[in-house]
Amino acid sequence: MWTAILLGALGVYLLKLVGLLVPRSVLEQPRVEEVAALLPVALLAALVAVQTFGAGHQLVLDARAAGVAVAALAVLLRAPFLLVVALGAGTAALLRLLT
Amino acid sequence: MTDQDWRRTRRAVLSDAAGVGVAVGALGLSFGALAVLAGLSVLQTCALSLLMFSGASQFAVVGVLAAGGGALTAAATATLLGVRNALYGLNLSSLLRVRGPGRLGGAQLVIDESAAMALVRDEPRQARLAFWATGVAVFVCWNVATLAGALGARVLPDPEALGLDVAAPAAFLALLAPRLRNRRLWAVAVAAAATALVAVPLLPSGLPILVAGLVAVVAALLGGGRGTNRGATGGTDRSPAGGNDGAARSGAVAGDGAARGAAGGVGGDRDGVGADGGGR
Repeated sequence: MWTAILLGALGVYLLKLVGLLVPRSVLEQPRVEEVAALLPVALLAALVAVQTFGAGHQLVLDARAAGVAVAALAVLLRAPFLLVVALGAGTAALLRLLT
Repeated sequence: MTDQDWRRTRRAVLSDAAGVGVAVGALGLSFGALAVLAGLSVLQTCALSLLMFSGASQFAVVGVLAAGGGALTAAATATLLGVRNALYGLNLSSLLRVRGPGRLGGAQLVIDESAAMALVRDEPRQARLAFWATGVAVFVCWNVATLAGALGARVLPDPEALGLDVAAPAAFLALLAPRLRNRRLWAVAVAAAATALVAVPLLPSGLPILVAGLVAVVAALLGGGRGTNRGATGGTDRSPAGGNDGAARSGAVAGDGAARGAAGGVGGDRDGVGADGGGR
């Protein structure tokens, strides 16, 4: 297990460092800039989707979807960050308590 | 910006950072508990949070080991999931302008949350503060929560009963929403989410996120690179505005401004991207 932990940690750290070390001239190409602007949107959207509907290798519709839907509503109503998270988690917890 | 404005902004940034730290901490509790329940020692669990410090990669390590995967598979999966951190770093390097040892330490703080918080700020000083404040807040909360979760694994109520598994997607949603400033960004978000979901049953866990990242690359190649000779493909994804595109481009040719100049000409459809890049 220590092999997995130390090797994995080293790999992840080096990737973080490499990103910071790449020369700025690479970034100044418009297409790279474009990718860089779109990438966080794509990754965040994918993270939300997978963490809401993914369960191992299956897609499921459960209390998480309801929680995230309530969180999305709170975001639309411009609720503060922590309230968004609390409402999402609370909704899922409540649904699980009731079912 | 006056000193008073800056003080107000600084307070807002710091309170956002603390908020993100607490929200992520909630997830750290469930990570600590899950890792111990999967068979890691408390020390191993804490080492993961301290050394790897990237939630998705850590969950992947625990998941692979718990499912009987080998050490190398676990390490490789974690590393692959960390690729997005390199891309964040690429985005952040011009913003942070850290040198020497500061960069070695700063690198460890390059994660989803610190990158997202920094990259939504257009002004460099705010962005740097947002990065460091969020990075440090999340690092402290994540590690304390990991320890608490690991120690409390057997006494804590089921993290799912508390809805803690929804804390992460809800937080990511709150980070995503302010970025969806135009139809193109919405389209990328929806396409990326759909791609990731389609990939879930087909690929090892973690990879669907990376595949969704390719959606951003494809979208950028189809619609981007306006400074170059790509007129034929450049107009296809926005046919109503296609006629405008060429005119706008010829008006703003040189260098860095070209992409944004053209963007402005397309009925403001890409204003968000332009503004986003403008701060850097």
